[in-house]
Amino acid sequence: MRYAVHRLLQAVPVFVATTFLIYAMVFSLPGDPILALAGDKPVPEAVLQALRDHYHLNDPLIVQYGLYMAGVFLRGDLGETFTGQPVSELLTDRWAVTAQLAATAWIFELVVGIGLGVVAGLRRGKLADTAVLAGTTFVIAVPVFVVGYTAQIVLGLNLGLFPTAGTDDGWPTSYLLPGMVLGSFGLAYVARLTRTSVVENLRADYVRTAAAKGLRRSRIIGRHTLRNSLIPVVTYLGVDIGNLMAGAVVTEGIFNLPGIGQQVFQSIQLQEGPVVVGVTTLLVMIFIVASLLVDLLYGVLDPRIRRG
Amino acid sequence: MVDLKASVEGAAPGARPARDVRGSLWHDAWLELRRRVIFWLSMVILVVACAMAAFPSLFARLGPNEHCNLRMSKKGPGGGAIFGYDLQGCDYWSQIVHGTRASVLIGVAVTVFALLIAVALGLLGGYYGGALDAIISRVTDVFFGIPFVLGATVVLVAFPGHGIWAMTIVLVLLGWTTMTRLMRGQVIAIRDTDYVQAARALGAGDLRIMLKHILPNAIAPVFVVAMLNVGNVISGEATLDYLGVGLQYPDVSWGLQLNVAQVFFAEYPHLLVFPALFLTATVLSFLMLGDVVRDALDPKLH
Repeated sequence: MRYAVHRLLQAVPVFVATTFLIYAMVFSLPGDPILALAGDKPVPEAVLQALRDHYHLNDPLIVQYGLYMAGVFLRGDLGETFTGQPVSELLTDRWAVTAQLAATAWIFELVVGIGLGVVAGLRRGKLADTAVLAGTTFVIAVPVFVVGYTAQIVLGLNLGLFPTAGTDDGWPTSYLLPGMVLGSFGLAYVARLTRTSVVENLRADYVRTAAAKGLRRSRIIGRHTLRNSLIPVVTYLGVDIGNLMAGAVVTEGIFNLPGIGQQVFQSIQLQEGPVVVGVTTLLVMIFIVASLLVDLLYGVLDPRIRRG
Repeated sequence: MVDLKASVEGAAPGARPARDVRGSLWHDAWLELRRRVIFWLSMVILVVACAMAAFPSLFARLGPNEHCNLRMSKKGPGGGAIFGYDLQGCDYWSQIVHGTRASVLIGVAVTVFALLIAVALGLLGGYYGGALDAIISRVTDVFFGIPFVLGATVVLVAFPGHGIWAMTIVLVLLGWTTMTRLMRGQVIAIRDTDYVQAARALGAGDLRIMLKHILPNAIAPVFVVAMLNVGNVISGEATLDYLGVGLQYPDVSWGLQLNVAQVFFAEYPHLLVFPALFLTATVLSFLMLGDVVRDALDPKLH
């Protein structure tokens, strides 16, 4: 319990500092959004002042940030764009798309990644192991957008196995191919991590003890080795939830999925600060909460952490 | 980790840097590496890539964006051009050779700077502990929590007109945290060992202990991650170019070529295939090199 409180207290300043950094960066983007709103028409000074006051643009940055965070936490209000549309409204549908995409990718990583890693680890040095190692190194080396285009052409267009773009077929059909592309990097990582962990644990003293006591191999592997081997993998999978949602921008672009990644990317280029800050704040929150949960889970799985 | 440390201690007692000692960790690793085919394969690819980056004119017939002929736009391989022509009708082979410099230079420079930051902060935080360590760790957490693509995009859009060095700074800013955490962990594991205490008992100062005793014994895993990191940085830089927020024309880079290729790849696959091939070969070599070096440095696998 003390461990949990301690971790929670550590997470708060990190959250504040990260979001403030993003807030400051976004609002240092060039250009004046109020002037941009008016296009090339001249605007009376009084109107400009009124608009600036309305959006608190005359206050110091730290005050603006404080007001914004108060809005987020007290009213669940992510602010509004400079055209007056609430950011949360703009993003509702898009979150669903990205969440489905990230979830598909995550499940793919979890199931296939751990599966391949365990097989490779148990057969270290055999053909299966070499194949998994070579394959995963290759997947990590090819940039995700090249994987995406190749998969889209070969599996989608030429072989017709998956829909090539859009979300018309709903979950899971539309999300299978993009999910696999998005999850490919993490999958390779999970497989390698699992493999290393299994190999190391198979040599641990407790496994030898279990074997010496005459336990069956299946029981040694299932109950002892795997359970301990998966601890580092859990950490990675937890942290990767945030990475998947933030990294979805490339995959969404290739497969034309209307998710938050695309929205943010457009908003950055259009200097729509409020949208960028809203989304990034939520992403950072997801990332920090996921890391926190993983740390707590880690404490449950490995008592040494909790007491150490 | 514990075994690795134990073997380092056994192999390199006292103050001499580990790499000078016959039978040391680094010497054994070299003996092991010499026998690995993958090591030599990736070294050959990397030497070629570095040569292309340093002296592109040795490989390419033409300079960057030179003698382009719009009438040849997007023509596939054939005739005088083994890789065909790009959108502007420039010789694709020459363009790709000239694109090597941006990737290799950024990959190596970002990693070197990030490694320096990681070593400095990891040593200070891990060795002194207390408030300094807490501050360094929290700052690391803050930068670790910024999503890579979005964070980089915001910074790059805020400062338009950036070249290779601006890209390097942005990538360092977002990429120093992993190695710093690893380095700090290594230092903490080593700082209370007997040989460090012996050095302290003999009157060695903090700086000497950190640089002569802890650093040589803590650096091996960080060094491996740095090698893998070069590949990841190259891949990340290409992603930013591909998204259109990284390097801009008239710079020449693999990521920019892939950015152009995304529109035409269905009819003109050579636009996508050749830069992707070069990019993948380079990244793959750094990853394979990191992998074999890790195996060679890990006494548990011997």
